[in-house]
Parts: sequence; C-alpha cells; structure tokens
Amino acid sequence: MKKLCLIFISILFLNHSAFAVVKIDITRGNLEPLPTAISKFYVDNPSKFSPELKALELDKKISEVISNNLKRSGLFSIIDPESYIQSPRIAHAKPTFQDWALIKAQIMVSGKLVIDEKKRLRVEFRLWDVVNAKEMEGLALFATPNSWRRIAHIISDKIYERMTGELGYFDTRIIYVAESGPKDQRIKKLAIMDQDGANNKYLTLGNELVLTPRFNPASQMVTYMSYFKNLPRVYLLNIETGMQELVGDFPGMTFAPRFSPDGKKIIMSFAKDGNSDIYSMDIKSRVVEQLTSHPSIDTSPSYSSDGSQITFNSDRSGAQQIYVMKSDGSKAKRISFGQGLYGTPVWSPRGDLIAFTKIYRGKFYIGVMRSDGTGERLLTENYYQEAPSWSPNGRVLIFYRESRTKKSKTGFSTSSSLWSIDLTGYNERKIKTLTDASDPAWSGLLSK
Amino acid sequence: MYRSVSLSVFLHLAFVLLTVLTLPFVQKEPITAQQLIAIDIIQISEKTQLPFAPKAREIIEKIKKEKKKERVVTKQAPPKITPKEKPDTVPLPDQLKLKKKEEKKKKQNPKEVKELIRQSSEFEKKELFDPNKIAALIDKSKEETADIQKKQSLELTQNQDSSVTLNKGITLSQQDAIKAQIYKCWNIPLGLPFDQNLLVRIKLKLKEDGSILSSEVLDHRRMNQPGQGYYKVLAESALRAVKLCDPLKMPTTGYDKWKDLQLNFDAKEMLRG
Repeated sequence: MKKLCLIFISILFLNHSAFAVVKIDITRGNLEPLPTAISKFYVDNPSKFSPELKALELDKKISEVISNNLKRSGLFSIIDPESYIQSPRIAHAKPTFQDWALIKAQIMVSGKLVIDEKKRLRVEFRLWDVVNAKEMEGLALFATPNSWRRIAHIISDKIYERMTGELGYFDTRIIYVAESGPKDQRIKKLAIMDQDGANNKYLTLGNELVLTPRFNPASQMVTYMSYFKNLPRVYLLNIETGMQELVGDFPGMTFAPRFSPDGKKIIMSFAKDGNSDIYSMDIKSRVVEQLTSHPSIDTSPSYSSDGSQITFNSDRSGAQQIYVMKSDGSKAKRISFGQGLYGTPVWSPRGDLIAFTKIYRGKFYIGVMRSDGTGERLLTENYYQEAPSWSPNGRVLIFYRESRTKKSKTGFSTSSSLWSIDLTGYNERKIKTLTDASDPAWSGLLSK
Repeated sequence: MYRSVSLSVFLHLAFVLLTVLTLPFVQKEPITAQQLIAIDIIQISEKTQLPFAPKAREIIEKIKKEKKKERVVTKQAPPKITPKEKPDTVPLPDQLKLKKKEEKKKKQNPKEVKELIRQSSEFEKKELFDPNKIAALIDKSKEETADIQKKQSLELTQNQDSSVTLNKGITLSQQDAIKAQIYKCWNIPLGLPFDQNLLVRIKLKLKEDGSILSSEVLDHRRMNQPGQGYYKVLAESALRAVKLCDPLKMPTTGYDKWKDLQLNFDAKEMLRG
C-alpha cells in the first residue's frame, strides 16, 4: 500500500515537472478595425439575367452595400477593391489565401448570384478566415431581385454576428421626422428609411405637426404625437396599411408615447393644468392606468427590456433628473445625480444601460449610465442634440443634432440631422437623409 | 306462567352455554411466558477452527482430491520444490542480501505480460503503463525529482541575484519581447462586452526556430457552448494573432524552457478603455 502511494505521488510529481509551461498574459492588442476584403459577387450564368437586372449591376452593388454597412459599424476596415488580386469566381470557389494575406486582409467575403427557374434571385455568400485559411460562414438566400438591398443587409448582419458574437443591426429601419421649409412655417412629416438612409418614404403629408414616432417591437406599427386639428394627441399608425387611429380621448395633451416590450401597451405622458403624469394604456382593451401622481412634470417614459421597470424624467427634486420605478408605478427612485439636467431616458434592449440627454453649461450631451445610475459615460457633446434611440443589439445610438451655420445678414440658421454613435464613443457618423431630420427611432431586426 | 318462565330460563342457559363454547373472546388466553434465549459470547477463531468430525473430514478430503485431479491450471511445469529453511537457523548477512535479491527477481515475471498480445497502436505502446517496470520507475522518479529540486534551488539563488527570472527560466525581458510581438498581431474584436469573462488560453508548442508546431485553445469546449458567442469570437481572434506572429522571435538559448508556451489573451482591460 505504501509503495502504491509512493508510485502515485512520484508520477504526479513527474507529470508536473514535465508539463510546466511558460505562461504569458496578453492584455493588450490592436484596437484598429479588422482589415476586411469584400470581393465583388460574381454572376453565375449571366444569360439568365434580364437586361434590366444586368443594368442594376447587382454583383457590384450588393458587395458595396455590405462594405458600407460593415465600414459604418466602425469594427471593420474595408480594403480597397482595386488591390484585390483574385477574380470573384476563384475567390468564391477556392480562394488562394496567400493572395488575400498579401493585401493584409484578415477576413474575406465572397459571393455568387444566380437566377433560378422561378426567376428568384439566389445569393450565396462565404466568409473566409484568411489567416487560418478556413471558411467561417456560408449561406444562400433567396428573394425577388427587387429585394437585393435587404439581402445585402442580412448578409452584413450575418458577418457582423459571426465576427462580434452579437446580433447585427443592418436589416432594420429608422423612422424619423422629416423637416423642411423656413423656421416659422416648418413642415414636419413622418418618414421611414433603411438604416443606411436608402428607401426613404413619407408616411404623412405634412399637414399637421408630428413628433416622437416610435416603433412597436414587431416594427409594423408606429405610435407618435400629432397636432391634428391643433389637438396634441397620441396616434397609432400601421405602416403596411396606412391605417391611423387615435390612442384614447384624453381631455388634455398626450405626448411622448412608447410601446411596452411585448407591444401590448403604450406608455405616455398626459398633461393637464400644468401638471403632467405618466399613464399606460392597453391597446386592445383601452384600459388606462395612471402610474405617477406627483405635482411635477413626469415625462419621457421608457420600459425596461423585460417590462418590469420604467425609466422617466421628472423635476420633482427641483431639477430635471432621471428616475426608475416599477411598471405598476411604485417605488420611484432617482438614479441621476450628476451636475446638470437629465432627460429623454431610454432603456437599452439589452437591459444593462439607460441612454439619456444631458444639458450642462449650455451644452448638450448624449450619454449612458447603468440602470442603477452608476457608470455614467458621456459619448458625444454638441451645441444642441437629443432624443437617443437604441439599435436592436444595444450597441449603437441614433439621435438628432441641430447645427448652426452662419448666414451673412440674418444671423445664424440651424439645420437638424441624424447621427449615430456606438458605445465606445469613437464611431460617430452622420446618417444621410433627403431633408432635415429629427426625432429618430430605430426598429427591431426585420429578419428575426 | 310457570311454563313460560322455565322456557325463558332454559333458553337463556342455552344461549350462555353456546357463547361459552363457540365465541373466542370468552376463551381464556393461553399463558405466553416470554421465552428466554440464551446467548453465548464466543471467540470465532476458537470455534471455527474446530476439527471436523472424523467422518466428515474423510468425505471432504475425498472431494478435494477429486477436484484437484479434474482441474488443469496451466500447462507450465510444476513449481520447483525448494527445501524449507529451518526456522531456527540464523542467516548470515550475505545470505540475507541474496535472499532479498531473489525476492525481487520473483516479483518480476516478464512472461506473464505479453506485449504482443495487447492490441494497441505504436503511439499507445509508448505511453502504456508497464507494471513490470514499476521498480525502475520508482528509482527514476526519485532521481528526476531530486534533479528538479536541485535545479529549482539553483534558480532560486539566481533569482535572488537578479530577480528577473520567472516562469521556470524565461526572463522578464524575454517575456516582454514575446508580448510585444503578439500585441502587434492581435486585433481585438471591438464589439465584445467588457463585463464578460474574456480570457482565452492558448497553448503553443514551438520549434527551436520559434515557429509554431501546434496551437490549441485550452477551453475549446466553451467555443461551441450556447451563449458563448463572445468567447468564440475572441478565441478566433487570438488564434489569428498567433498565426500572424508565426514564427515568433524566441531566445536563442533555453529551448527546453520555452518550447511549451501558454498565452492568456484577456481583452477586458482594453475594451473597458
């Protein structure tokens, strides 16, 4: 028995000494975007493509849309296609990885377009790990040729997901208020577009003032505030059918509406006699519930991702601050304690952060804090900016900014535009719109 | 009147008699005195070694003999009959040594474990534990552990001198040189959440020229677990970094000390900013 113990101990000791390895901690690295090559998609059997389809140059455009999406995310740097050595056909079938390594690409995207018997567009794509010489992802998508942009967005999402471990946000839409005309006769219309600014459409004619449009979780309905017949009320609009209806006939003003995460309720502010409180309304039964009852201005409510809590801003402490309460209106607790005023709180779809607008010493900031009020981080600062809205993956914020441009005699003129910024605060980008734009809201992923 | 009274008396008597004879509760219970069981405490050895009865003994021995005749254990030659040593003889010291050697030889029985019979690959054979070589193993292990202990004690004295030797022989500056190479090659995926466990351990086997013989993610099971997308992304980026840095510029000496290398990739600090 003693001998056996000795053998066991000695073997253990032997192993320990034989497998002792040098351990080195790597805690730093390159924070540059990932060098990415996106090869032009090649057309298989071009004779099946009609002249109109050929004119669209989908092979080039799909790869362009993917490139732009990934580039805008700030996580990928797209290598100039001029430097690609391999033809798209070879790149898709069997790439020579050395050729892509030569131009310092770490990942490469290739694709193929086919028109099948049913005249559908089949788009194949492959994501390659150039360094480890292996395929990381390969998918085929079918759609009508007109939907090529959506296909490109879905492919972008797949690449983003594969390379970051998070859901993408490219196959989404943005609703906003399109503004035009002089300041005193401003025309405001509801408009909707793809997240990259393409496919812009107007949903209202501009006869009345519209504000704060918000998507429902299924991204089919929109709630917004309209001054129809000069009565500020909250409305519901079905994007597909264009049907519009009034949400509750309140005796005063209703504003700042937002859907609950399950889409069954609308939460909003109701103002009467200089006091505004927060109410929720069941869309089906139209049952209204008063959630706050305070002689101060409570507004901008937003549900947490699980629907159990609500964040809102209130001046009950003497200055506008952010509060969190239970979804039944109980246990309201102030969470913002920094200098300045805090407003427009929006809970992240991930549930971890609350985005807000902060006004301090005449400047406007967009920032985030944890739901308990700790870890406040200001992401961007400007002369005037507000109304942040989260991307569906909770990594990017969209907001609008007014910028002053100097005019010769009449003084300053302002223009408003949409901007996005990611949580790092480094990747700030302007979103192209046809007109001036404000009050943006991001939809959920369309291809869930 | 008299008749009816006598009939009633008769019937009552008949009823009482019937109950006494037939119903069980009227019967008297038998006296059940608790039986005393006598327990003797005995020593088992004394009793179990009792000699068999002479008849039984004869029968058992007969059966034993018959069984012995039927059983064929091996076809080997019968064991040699060695003369029994007298217990009262005191052995000399030389005889004792010889005795010990003989005992050792008896324990080693190479014919019992036949290597050819085992079906295993050549690779397995190298690692198969040979029970016949246990004694040799013990001796070796003793020697090796002693050597290692000596080496460690030597290193300790060197450490006290320069205080730069870490990880069994890799100096701090050598470590920094390796780190600097990997830093340049590692593109940290920017989208990863910094509040997650973002540690990826990669084990490398290196050639003498610093080129990578093999690389392995130590927690590779985690890569395919649901909800570990971040880990997979990070592990892949770390593997790319290793590949991009191949070959590593390693110290020209002490190959044995760095031929096995473990790189712990941790993006938390960088992503937190």
